[in-house]
Amino acid sequence: MGTGLRGKMHIPDGYLSPQTAGGMWAMMVPAWYWAGHKVKSTLSSRQAPLVAIGAAFTFVIMMFNIPLPGGTTGHAVGGTIIAIVIGPWAAVIAISVALVIQAIFFGDGGILAIGANSFNIGFILPITGYFTYKLLAKGAAPESSRRWIAAGIGAWVGLNVAAFFTSVEFGLQGELFTAADGSALYSPYGLATAIPAMMVPHMLVVGTIEAVMTSLIYVFMMKSNPGLLDNYDNLNAQAIGSYKLKPLIIGIVLLLVCAPLGLLATGTAWGEWGTEEIGNEIGYVPEGMERFAGHWEGFMPEYAFPQSEETVAVEGGGAGSGEVTKVAVEESAAEEEAPVSLDGVGESTPAYLISGVLGLLLVVGVALMTIRMITGKPRSKEQLG
Amino acid sequence: MTEKGSGGCQCLSVGRSRRESAVQKTIIGMSHAIRGSLFSERVANRPGLLQETDPRVKTVGLLGLLVATSFLHNWYIILALYGLTLVMAFASRISLKFFVKRVWLFIPVFAGIIALPSLFNIVRPGDPLFTIWDFSGEVTLGPWSLGTSLAVTHQGLKGAVVLILRVATSVSLAVLWALTTHWADLLKALRVFMVPRIFVLILSMTYRYIFLILGLATDMFTARTSRLVGSSSPREDRRFVASSMATLLGKSHALSEDVYSAMISRGYTGEPLTLHRFRTGMGDWLWLGAIIFLGAAALGSDRFIG
Repeated sequence: MGTGLRGKMHIPDGYLSPQTAGGMWAMMVPAWYWAGHKVKSTLSSRQAPLVAIGAAFTFVIMMFNIPLPGGTTGHAVGGTIIAIVIGPWAAVIAISVALVIQAIFFGDGGILAIGANSFNIGFILPITGYFTYKLLAKGAAPESSRRWIAAGIGAWVGLNVAAFFTSVEFGLQGELFTAADGSALYSPYGLATAIPAMMVPHMLVVGTIEAVMTSLIYVFMMKSNPGLLDNYDNLNAQAIGSYKLKPLIIGIVLLLVCAPLGLLATGTAWGEWGTEEIGNEIGYVPEGMERFAGHWEGFMPEYAFPQSEETVAVEGGGAGSGEVTKVAVEESAAEEEAPVSLDGVGESTPAYLISGVLGLLLVVGVALMTIRMITGKPRSKEQLG
Repeated sequence: MTEKGSGGCQCLSVGRSRRESAVQKTIIGMSHAIRGSLFSERVANRPGLLQETDPRVKTVGLLGLLVATSFLHNWYIILALYGLTLVMAFASRISLKFFVKRVWLFIPVFAGIIALPSLFNIVRPGDPLFTIWDFSGEVTLGPWSLGTSLAVTHQGLKGAVVLILRVATSVSLAVLWALTTHWADLLKALRVFMVPRIFVLILSMTYRYIFLILGLATDMFTARTSRLVGSSSPREDRRFVASSMATLLGKSHALSEDVYSAMISRGYTGEPLTLHRFRTGMGDWLWLGAIIFLGAAALGSDRFIG
């Protein structure tokens, strides 16, 4: 795809459809609120200057040219090391703030794309990086080499998972958002092109730069300023009253795993028939249903990708004739459907799974925000006196 | 914002490194950033159309057009909107030569480069516009078939044109917004979109601290360069960059503690206050009305033409 070997994955405006960009905003707003809540519970009123300076720091180190073998230079994001020092949630806000300033002030990254860029670089990168680091460094002594190796690996993983999400966002545009003549309306590449085109350079080069720089910084801090590396852990230990996330996460993972089971079930749930199905069942379509059904299709109609203009034009021609419908009614009445079959698994399966994941994340995000608004903020030790 | 397109870093710049080390490149990049901010404040001070529009109205109008641009399908209409941005730039006393350079270098040009492979039928299928090379028979590379000819497709060209024009128009609108508004006013205008006060506060503090930390970083790098005799290896330079990042992290953290204490001792309660009061006038509403009309006309005709 030729994005070049950029350490920054800032998406400009024009590459993402408004639906995708809007969806990413919808995911980030609860994420920002959640990060803000977490930051308040660990840092209380200190957070504004700390986060602001963390953001300024992130911004500046993204400008550093890093010498590479062969005489070229590259850039790093530094999201994982920041997450280690100020905590992953403060890092989410700090990196997002840096990205917003880069977008508005420097034109690096689009304005409508701020939601997507914040999600990829400001959320996925530090969270994945931090928790990978925590997992790998668990129990290691403060001076051991396992720690800085874990930091490097965490940075590599964080950056590449972020790159993966970015490449999927690009790739979906080429698949879903095309004009009636098949030409692309936004980014022109499909998933099969976008994913390898982005992932290969990021996994080989960009991720390595990030990992090496993160490890080097970690090693220098171990020698000169080890207290700062444990800063977040110490603050975290003092905070109480945060919500127990572990059971929620286990629940979400279980749900995600069970979601594809829906593909195996055949038929339609009782009472959820569309106009076509009710026509089959009782022989006619009630007037009320005829008038009101199908007005709101949502962003992912029937848990599949929205039909591009091209396909709709073709289908419209076919379903228009009454004779075709009649034949279809007779045929399906004659079939005996087994309750469970593998017929449901097919072309629309990736869309089904993506819609499942998106739906789950949206629901959880909104639920958490609502709970927080109703129950209020948990109090820290300081405030309880 | 600098005069050459600082819209993206030249992250892998080959060939100039013999003359400039990474350290020197960073110093140059940082001083560009500082210069750019001074330049942008100068533009915001000029007596032009957009500068005199109330920042909140301007934000709604320009960002509204940005959203409208993302919905357009027809490239003629996108081109018309681009023309509108040129008119607004001219009316705001921004030199058109500078404006075009600033917008097109480097993001839309980059978009063209990215879209280049999609012009060809082997990358994205479509009706051939002109054939470059007719393979006699079908060419296969393992399981992938390259088809019977290499051609630029009609759809590929159209998609590339739409992408480039849309990117250019979006960047133009964003540049107009940021160049003609003082940073402090821009942040305050964000409140119109219900961005919480705390985020606006963090944004304004960050902006200030960027320049402070840029200064710290530039000092570190200049100190090193001035003490260096001969050249250093990439490995040494890399270790230096990493150690300066680590030092900068430590300094930033210490700074934040000091800033917090200073703010508390001066009565900081968490509520940001600004001096400038916004006032809307007839001109603002007329401008907004015109923008809404033009935006709706664009969307409507886009729908109509298809």
